[in-house]
Amino acid sequence: MSAAKPETISAGARYTEFHPRWYRRRVSVYWWLGQRQYLKFILRELSSVFVALFVVEMLFQLAALKNGPQAYADFQSLLQSPFVIALNIIALLFVMFHAITWFNLAPSAMPVRLGGRRVPAFMVAAPSYVMWIAISVFVGWMVTR
Amino acid sequence: MAKQSNEAFFWVLFSAGGVVAALLIPVQLFLFGVAFPLGWLPAPSYGSLMAVVSLPLVRLYLFVLCSLSLFHWAHRFRYTLYDGLRVKHLNEVIFTLCYGGAVIGTAVAGYLLWTIA
Repeated sequence: MSAAKPETISAGARYTEFHPRWYRRRVSVYWWLGQRQYLKFILRELSSVFVALFVVEMLFQLAALKNGPQAYADFQSLLQSPFVIALNIIALLFVMFHAITWFNLAPSAMPVRLGGRRVPAFMVAAPSYVMWIAISVFVGWMVTR
Repeated sequence: MAKQSNEAFFWVLFSAGGVVAALLIPVQLFLFGVAFPLGWLPAPSYGSLMAVVSLPLVRLYLFVLCSLSLFHWAHRFRYTLYDGLRVKHLNEVIFTLCYGGAVIGTAVAGYLLWTIA
């Protein structure tokens, strides 16, 4: 028996008449539609698209601010069109989904131990939620004061 | 593969962006995208918004928010395409488009925030 390294195995994994082909089950493109957990995973991953969309929107807002009051008024009326409002509501739902799943992930990613015992998951996630609320209130105050 | 060794670096950007996006985007999107356009809250005037944006600390904050959020998107979206849609053969193209987009977005944000006031 030769102690072959994994690289040499995969490098030689070409089909020949005398070599069996590796057994690999083909995975459908729609594998994530089958189960709720998979669907949730894909929706969570897709939330990043709405994160990027928010940034693009904000860049347009900054450009409008830079171009003066008239440009900003035009931008505001664009934001008032029903299509954009609907899009922003969907984006908000996705971003909230991202935030909640992100905060809830912290206890699994970073198990905290105190006095030899594991701190319950909600105790690790709770500070994130407190910070979330505090920051939201502060930003709201900064913008509307 | 040269990219493999950079994975940790991109992952740090991804997770920093994830924190920033989770804490900051919901409130800003709620205010500017929903509450102000629907008139639930009185929208800030042009002048008062400019006054806030001209504070150096606010501009730094907006720059970090834009940049890290985009790198968060780049990483996550890349893997959504790999795993979700099984387009592994377009590896290089997707990598370039995602991170290229994040770099361009960061540059635009930097330019706008530098020159806005």
